[in-house]
Amino acid sequence: MVTQETIDAERARLGLDRPLGVQFADWMVGLVTLDLGKSMWTDRPVTEEIGLRLELTMQVAIMATIFAVLIAIPLGTISALFKDTWVDYAVRLITIAGLAVPSFWLGMIIILALLYWFNWLPPITYTPIYVDPVANISQLIWPALAVGYRYSAVVARMVRSSIVEVMKEDYIRTARAKGVFEKLVVARHAMRNALLPAITVIGLEFAFLIGGLVVTEQVFNLNGLGKLFVQAVSRNDFTLIQAIVMLIAVVFIVTNLIVDLLYALFDPRIRLGGK
Amino acid sequence: MSDSNVLLSVEDLHVHFVTSRGVVRAVEGVSYQVRRGEVLAIVGESGCGKSVSSLAIMRLLAKPAGRVVHGKIMFEGVNLLDLTDEEMRERRGRDISMIFQEPMTSLNPVLPIGLQIMEPLFIHLKMTEEQARARAVELLSLVGITDPERRLDQYPHQFSGGMRQRVMIAIGLACNPKLIIADEPTTALDVTIQAQILELMKELSRKLNIALVIITHNLGVVARYADRVNVMYAARVVEKGTADDVFLRPRHPYAMGLMRSVPRLDRPRGAKLETIEGLPPNLLDPPKGCRFAARCQFRADICAQDPALEEIEPGHLSACLRAKEIAAGEIGREQTVIEAGGKREGRAGEKLLSVTGLKKFFEVTRKTGTFSSVKSEVRAVNDVSFDISPGETLGLVGESGCGKTTVGRLILRLETPTEGAIKFKGQDISKLGAAELRPIRRKIQVIFQDPYSSLNPRMTIGQIIAEPLLVYKIVPDAAAAKKRVAELLEAVGLFAYMAERYPHEMSGGQRQRVGIARALAMEPECIVCDEPVSALDVSIQGQIINLLENLQKRLGLTYLFIAHDLAVVRHISDRVAVMYLGRMMELADGDALYAEPLHPYTKALLDAAPIPDPSIEKSRAARTLGGEIPSPLRPPSGCVFHTRCLLADDACKATIPEIREVKPGHLVACLKV
Repeated sequence: MVTQETIDAERARLGLDRPLGVQFADWMVGLVTLDLGKSMWTDRPVTEEIGLRLELTMQVAIMATIFAVLIAIPLGTISALFKDTWVDYAVRLITIAGLAVPSFWLGMIIILALLYWFNWLPPITYTPIYVDPVANISQLIWPALAVGYRYSAVVARMVRSSIVEVMKEDYIRTARAKGVFEKLVVARHAMRNALLPAITVIGLEFAFLIGGLVVTEQVFNLNGLGKLFVQAVSRNDFTLIQAIVMLIAVVFIVTNLIVDLLYALFDPRIRLGGK
Repeated sequence: MSDSNVLLSVEDLHVHFVTSRGVVRAVEGVSYQVRRGEVLAIVGESGCGKSVSSLAIMRLLAKPAGRVVHGKIMFEGVNLLDLTDEEMRERRGRDISMIFQEPMTSLNPVLPIGLQIMEPLFIHLKMTEEQARARAVELLSLVGITDPERRLDQYPHQFSGGMRQRVMIAIGLACNPKLIIADEPTTALDVTIQAQILELMKELSRKLNIALVIITHNLGVVARYADRVNVMYAARVVEKGTADDVFLRPRHPYAMGLMRSVPRLDRPRGAKLETIEGLPPNLLDPPKGCRFAARCQFRADICAQDPALEEIEPGHLSACLRAKEIAAGEIGREQTVIEAGGKREGRAGEKLLSVTGLKKFFEVTRKTGTFSSVKSEVRAVNDVSFDISPGETLGLVGESGCGKTTVGRLILRLETPTEGAIKFKGQDISKLGAAELRPIRRKIQVIFQDPYSSLNPRMTIGQIIAEPLLVYKIVPDAAAAKKRVAELLEAVGLFAYMAERYPHEMSGGQRQRVGIARALAMEPECIVCDEPVSALDVSIQGQIINLLENLQKRLGLTYLFIAHDLAVVRHISDRVAVMYLGRMMELADGDALYAEPLHPYTKALLDAAPIPDPSIEKSRAARTLGGEIPSPLRPPSGCVFHTRCLLADDACKATIPEIREVKPGHLVACLKV
């Protein structure tokens, strides 16, 4: 039997006896000073819990983005330029498969294939890239590929449709009427205009990967942010949940800000200070 | 063809477009020649194949749908159709340039205009960066852009429409081509700017001995600038000859009809516009025999045969089987006598609509830095007053940005005026709330400019027209609505069965009729017509204007007719108001305003408007109004027109001229009148 005194003491320790506004203000101050309290389960600071996992998740997301962009832009462009030919159909088949196949299933297939043909499994324990780059990359490249396939499919379809649109624009006809080489028409006149919508999608997808990799992390046994989030929820670890939700929100806002700034770089009409 | 002076020779060109609904024969058997340094105009209405035939010359037809199936395009003795893609690319921009219709979209928005001008110089002439830059500066000065050095690094959005078209011309001229094809080069521009651009093109083509092919639907443009004219109809050339031949002695009924259906500034106002009834044929399934027969007033049995393009007089060809009879004056002479347009008397004293001191300022914030911005005002409408009597038509003319559309929107109360009163039947509606406006909205209706985007594509014509009937409970039930829709469709010259159709199944002219029917459904007293015919072809334009006039007579409607086409406005309006940069410059009886314009801006507008008659046009000195329309964000001090006015002096810079009655019923806002 817990006495009322014990309950009151615990409430005082957690600060639950103060008015809601004060509690919120206190939390906000903590947020700004990066003091997010301690995990209710492990009793370690929340920032520490998140820190190591974020590093891993971030790295997978960045690698997946690089992979996706490298694949998607050429693929989408080729598909658009050869619209309605077998090349286009092939690319569209690959990308629609990318949307249909779940990343975790592809991850399982990758692991099985590595085991079957090379009799090798990626390392289980996480090594940060600054400790041993080879071990780090040989572990994280596989989840990045598994996730990046779907990612590249989304971006490639976007690139394709926006290049198809741009190629119908009047200024493309103008460029051709000037006798510009076809390659230059695409590279100089079409690409810059067509990449704007693609950048938006890349930004959104990137933000989604931070926190959205729950199952894939499970498959590759990665101790990432997604896994931490699931654990926190199942353990009712409120302080940790709050911090992760906040972090994901911040990532979304920051990536969108970066996307907007990139827009200005690509499109002079959006630049600040102009007429 | 032995003529060594012939630069381009198109021989029996056939172009097909393969679509899901069948093969569209867009160009059939077109042949013509262009000599060095001459100006050839190709005239015709939308869809007649005039643009397609010139894109075929550039080999820029949309792939894979469009292809040349037969014919030759000989350019300096070489058949362009036999060249490889690479050989053709080398000629584009170097020997043949093309200027397109839409200056707003024809330049790449993300590249500086300097690069866009220099591109062909790098590619064709292998110039270095410095050489190309120097040439680009030279080109920009040649086309009349001031401060070219600085402007090279700017982007298209920093240029006005007219300036962008100058940049397009500079690009076209870059490599000193032998031929420039201009596809509707001035259609998207204002009248005074159009005159500047055409004057520039003509002058440059003379000076540099460049042959010019101008594709246009504007007969006035053709009359002023062309040496020779080809008239196209339904994929074929129906008449060709010198400009004098075609304009003064047209030998094809289509060309004759086209000449007559344009309202003209140099002739007395007729009571009714002549029109070519009907619609051009569908090129998916063109009729046998003469394609114009169905719309032709001289149709005879012989017209079931296919007419060939034959020489009627030396150098003057017509594809009409009765062309000889026309030439001999046996038919076509008995033109319907045009009764002079009488003045319609408004009931004096009684005003349906009365606008006083109307102002509308829009506040805009302009960013000057990440955290700083300036607020400024666009004075879209500044101190405009007029009134309209019942049954009268007031024309409102002006160039883009003059505020004429905003005036219309204010009267419809789609916008709330910043200041001023709008009295409808004596009641001030300028400050009324939504509920009080409801009964008045019924009485003031609108017809929009674009018949393509102003009808909901997912509703049938019947639903579109019936919607206001049911919303306002003008009819008791759906059955009555259906009956009323049928009546309305017939009133605007359509058929009751068309109620089942969707907008995309109608032509532009038919859609505009639907727009009129929708406005009439509310049984309005006043209709604001905002550029109702400017998106339509000449022959269709006449039909719509006649319809509007008939409806006015029958139903006693009052129109506020907003347009930029001076001739159209003159034809339909009893009185005309001229606006410039938000202010009213002149207001007078229509005939008086055109016969004796008092304000220098009105005079300039009338001078700039081309008249479709080469003998008149060529005798008129080129009097183009210089300069650009200033930004309404920073309107000039004093009289807003002083920056472009020939009469302006220091007083005009300092004083805003009051609008005053100079003669009875003739109001002018100018210090010098």
